[in-house]
Amino acid sequence: MPGGPAVPCAGPEATGCEPQGPLLFPVPGRNICSPGRLLRVPPTGAVVAGTLWGGRPPQLGCLERPYCPQWLDSRPAIPGTAPQWPAFPGQQRCGRCPLLPAGRLQPVCGLCCQSAPGACPGFVHASSPVFASADCGLWETMARMLSCLSPTQAGSLALGILKLQHCPQALRSQAFRVLLQPLVCILRATTQAPGPPGLLDETSAGSSMMVDTLLSSKSACVGLLCQTLAHLEELQPLPQRPSPWPQTLLVEAAVIILQLCDGSAVPSSSEGGRLCGALAGCSRVQRAALDFLGTLSQGISSRELMPQVFAVLLETLESPASSPMVLKKAFQATLRWLLDLPSPSSCLDLGPHAPLFLRELFPVLQKRLCSPCWEVRDSALEFLTHLTACWGGEADFREALLASEVPKLTWQLLRDPESYVRASAVTAMGQLSSQGLEAVSESPGHPEVQQGLIGELLHILSMDSEGFPRRAVVRVFTEWLRDSHADVARDTEWFVATVLQMVSQDLDWEVRAQGLELVRVFLVQTLGQPNPHCPYAVTLPKVTPPGPLPEVLRTLCQLQIIDFAFRALFDCDRPVAQKACDLLLFLREKTAPCSGLQEPGNSSDVTSVEATLHRWQAGEQSQPLGNLEPEELLAALRSLDLEGFQGRLAESSDHVEKSPQSLLQDMLATVAVLEENVADCY
Amino acid sequence: MKLYCLSGHPTLPCNILKFKSTTIMLDCGLDMTSTLNFLPLPLVQSPRLCNLPGWSLKDGNAFLDKELKECSGHVFVDSVPEFCLPETELIDLSTVDVILISNYHCMMALPYITEHTGFTGTVYATEPTVQIGRLLMEELVNFIERVPKAQSASLWKNKDIQRLLPSPLKDAVEVSTWRRCYTMQEVNSALSKIQLVGYSQKIELFGAVQVTPLSSGYALGSSNWIIQSHYEKVSYVSGSSLLTTHPQPMDQASLKNSDVLVLTGLTQIPTANPDGMVGEFCSNLALTVRNGGNVLVPCYPSGVIYDLLECLYQYIDSAGLSSVPFYFISPVANSSLEFSQIFAEWLCHNKQSKVYLPEPPFPHAELIQTNKLKHYPSIHGDFSNDFRQPCVVFTGHPSLRFGDVVHFMELWGKSSLNTVIFTEPDFSYLEALAPYQPLAMKCIYCPIDTRLNFIQVSKLLKEVQPLHVVCPEQYTQPPPAQSHRMDLMVDCQPPPMAYRRAEVLALPFKRRYEKIEIMPELADSLVPMEIKPGISLATVSAVLHTKDNKHVLQPPPRPAQPTSSKKRKRVSEDVPDCKVLKPLLSGSIPVEQFVQTLEKHGFSDIKVEDTAKGHIVLLQEAETLIQIEEDSTHIICDNDEMLRVRLRDLVLKFLQKF
Repeated sequence: MPGGPAVPCAGPEATGCEPQGPLLFPVPGRNICSPGRLLRVPPTGAVVAGTLWGGRPPQLGCLERPYCPQWLDSRPAIPGTAPQWPAFPGQQRCGRCPLLPAGRLQPVCGLCCQSAPGACPGFVHASSPVFASADCGLWETMARMLSCLSPTQAGSLALGILKLQHCPQALRSQAFRVLLQPLVCILRATTQAPGPPGLLDETSAGSSMMVDTLLSSKSACVGLLCQTLAHLEELQPLPQRPSPWPQTLLVEAAVIILQLCDGSAVPSSSEGGRLCGALAGCSRVQRAALDFLGTLSQGISSRELMPQVFAVLLETLESPASSPMVLKKAFQATLRWLLDLPSPSSCLDLGPHAPLFLRELFPVLQKRLCSPCWEVRDSALEFLTHLTACWGGEADFREALLASEVPKLTWQLLRDPESYVRASAVTAMGQLSSQGLEAVSESPGHPEVQQGLIGELLHILSMDSEGFPRRAVVRVFTEWLRDSHADVARDTEWFVATVLQMVSQDLDWEVRAQGLELVRVFLVQTLGQPNPHCPYAVTLPKVTPPGPLPEVLRTLCQLQIIDFAFRALFDCDRPVAQKACDLLLFLREKTAPCSGLQEPGNSSDVTSVEATLHRWQAGEQSQPLGNLEPEELLAALRSLDLEGFQGRLAESSDHVEKSPQSLLQDMLATVAVLEENVADCY
Repeated sequence: MKLYCLSGHPTLPCNILKFKSTTIMLDCGLDMTSTLNFLPLPLVQSPRLCNLPGWSLKDGNAFLDKELKECSGHVFVDSVPEFCLPETELIDLSTVDVILISNYHCMMALPYITEHTGFTGTVYATEPTVQIGRLLMEELVNFIERVPKAQSASLWKNKDIQRLLPSPLKDAVEVSTWRRCYTMQEVNSALSKIQLVGYSQKIELFGAVQVTPLSSGYALGSSNWIIQSHYEKVSYVSGSSLLTTHPQPMDQASLKNSDVLVLTGLTQIPTANPDGMVGEFCSNLALTVRNGGNVLVPCYPSGVIYDLLECLYQYIDSAGLSSVPFYFISPVANSSLEFSQIFAEWLCHNKQSKVYLPEPPFPHAELIQTNKLKHYPSIHGDFSNDFRQPCVVFTGHPSLRFGDVVHFMELWGKSSLNTVIFTEPDFSYLEALAPYQPLAMKCIYCPIDTRLNFIQVSKLLKEVQPLHVVCPEQYTQPPPAQSHRMDLMVDCQPPPMAYRRAEVLALPFKRRYEKIEIMPELADSLVPMEIKPGISLATVSAVLHTKDNKHVLQPPPRPAQPTSSKKRKRVSEDVPDCKVLKPLLSGSIPVEQFVQTLEKHGFSDIKVEDTAKGHIVLLQEAETLIQIEEDSTHIICDNDEMLRVRLRDLVLKFLQKF
């Protein structure tokens, strides 16, 4: 069938007769929606427009045009009248179906957009009156199609049906069986018990065709499985997914597919052996299965399966044959299974699974942290970061982690030649350190260890040639400041001043913007939360500044925070300037009610500050602001039109081009050119 | 055409092909797995090995305790290691005309064949194969000769006694034929019989067949061979690789249109991906060294080690291992590293192009220059002074039975910080480690085998489409440990013919044509007549002259002229007599016209009957039958020679003569 599966959009020809069996083949003149075989547009399409959206429920045998709006003419169906499309105010139109809003096309039309050309099942959206009608023959057609189409084609249709809001239960069951069939076949071929009886007993009905497809060729097998896994993954989180959802069967199937891929499955049947041959080492199926298995972590129905899941995940993580992408997916799936446990503390309730798993996991993680492939090192570090963030407080986790070489290796990766890995290592070390897991004392030989992690991170911030690690360092420092990390709390002012000194000279705008975030956190901790602008917001108790405000302001000036903020205000990168502006507004707001300060006696000082700021604004930032007195600072803050700054910075970068003034200039310029041309003529 | 299979090892083949009048040996691999049954040969006396208890039978009989020692539940022969030779009884090896070597691993049995069987032929191999093969043999001889062992065990080989031994000694095959290692003198003598060849070079063997080596992509100078006559082609594929490593890529196109393809030397670890294994190797190496442990890599002095050093060259800086010393210890370490740099024409394109920059093709030159890689002939001497830990040591032999590796196993085996990483797939790592048990050091198995896997074979066979495939029986069924993996076997149509050790296969095709040359003067004399459009025939009268398997048609001698000289007469007697040649007939007889002709010539009462093969013309009056068939005509008449001649002439009128 050219261009993919053709699915009937409506009933047979407009003869008023009953359907003559399944309409699987696009015959010219029949109402089949298939690319390359556009339907003959009848001279009058009135019936379609009328019946689809406003009129009587469509009688299958009476339709002359397909339901699929993709193929409908945008012309009025009845000469002189507009088709009665329902209005969808404010909704966007579907790219391929210009007449229907994209949102409303889902799921069925959305399906046709996503699938291969020609896979369009040719239906309108789910809540259409067509589908709500109980006596509609379409359901029968769909049921027939489900049983007649090839497994690959039927899978897409089944997913579309299952996404419908109003659909007969029998059809939904049939569609779900179709979707599950490949997995059931895999389970049967590998002698696994195919789940609970009932729903799946009937899946064997069409299994011979399915088995044939699975075994026909490697590419067919891989294609069908990937598609099925993707469909089920898409269906899993939806509220209208079939119920009961066979979680156990799906987990078992995902596990067995992964085992088939890594060659550890030992099927007893010859079909299983052939499947094993087809899937062995297939990273495409492995990736799809890992994604699916990760999704299945939610709604665990049976804890008995956890050992199997953890075993297969460990096997994948351990296997030398796993490609970097497979490893990344395996890490993600492992993380989801670990993090989606009912609660982090319940890992202890899982019996021996989680601690045992952790003990086996860390040696694997160690090995992956030493991988010659940077992508693998990066994935492993990301995994470690997330896991530590969630489980860092658990005794089992801490014990297993500290017993391993992982903290030490993570530390060493701070010097990795790949910048992404260094950035991930910075984040991971930040997280480990936050949880007190950095294990510094274990490697006293390294000079950088003696210097402490903070020293190492400052070294990266000042010396690293790439932006990613430096950004990661400032993010970690911000988090540490926010969480009052012990190393930071020891001397916060020194910490902030040191970081700002480095950040202010950084060429990467994201580093500078993150530096401003760090300053904001510091100011919030020093001056209290910003006042809520919403009158109904809950007012938090005010933080009392650690000392009299003038002292606080003096400290801020001494720490070069003010200097940094003012410089950032005139930063050539707009996000930095915006952030600085917000920060100064916050500062002004917090200092406004201060009554203990006088206006500066000597206005020349303020003038010099303003002059410096003006020079900075003009791009001459070489001159330092000098040590400001709190009074001068306040005056400078008041003298600056920060709101104006904020407004200008909020404008998009192309506002000049869009402004009437710009238009006028363009017109004048054009006129000038014309005049010149005229002059040339003479 | 027959194939004699002398080796049961699929990656160390030794087969003999009888093709036309030639006897060609294809490789002579030496199965060294037999050495796993022997105790290691320590360079420095090992109290542990010396004090191993002797083995005694269940009934307490200890007559074998001098020969057999027990270690951690395994029994080993305490003797000089011995090797399992290719089959020598299946065929008289003195009749072998040539030996074709495909790679340096497959020539290790050469001295046994060339020096002890009466072999008088020639060995063909590429230059890198010979040079690196020499290094491998030199290393082997050196490893064994430098640890002289007085004792030579032979009692245990008695069949009645062998039955009583525990496995695997009990199951060892043909132990009586196992031989000690050859000497350097034998190696030199064997190598002197080798003639060097280049890729795609055509070598005539007695005019009967032509052999051509093709690049196989597996190792420096490794080759597949084409053995062909004018109308038959046999391809011998042994140890080939499609991966991009250091050697020249595999030449697949030349293997097309083969009548028979002999397929050997596939990967021994079909489930392992070499890239993944290299990653595993690097990770484990880094992990061990970072923890302060040492890494031992038992390896051959050439081959995968070049790729490993290249990977490490790229990896050590990123892994922060720049300060960790790498030691390569082998009697031939220096030669191996240097030889690899000079065979530029045998390297892959990338490495070849480096030579013109000029840069050394392999980066291990830089590792040596920067003192990151140091090489020593043995652990004695300079190495002892330079030795620094933690370190990484590459040394042989991968069987762990001889060579410097034995010393390091004894030295580092007790610490769990250290790791031994197996990269060579030729030996079972568990069996290799057996005499060192109990062992505290970590063991990592990262077999790196770049040879073809079954998926690649399947694609290759689809591409080159041989009429028949012949391969070791191991490739026609899934591996015993993974019997469900139907994908781990050669799958082709018609199914491959399997061979096993000591078996003779009759290859399934018959020779039907032979090329014959026509001398120019004879060709000049031919007068072709067009029988059908596009088809001309000419009769040839000539003398077929056959010499050195070449056939030539020469003009026939002129009829002898009467001469008075006796001497001349004698000469003319030598040439065969040439009888007057009858003309050859061709064409078909149209029956209707023939009947009309008969009637014209006065024959009447003619009946024609159709038969399965033609027609019968019945002359009732003359009581005569003329039987006309596609390829014969018979006139059957009753003693009337005149009539027969008349009829014959009428028949001949319808036929062409030439």
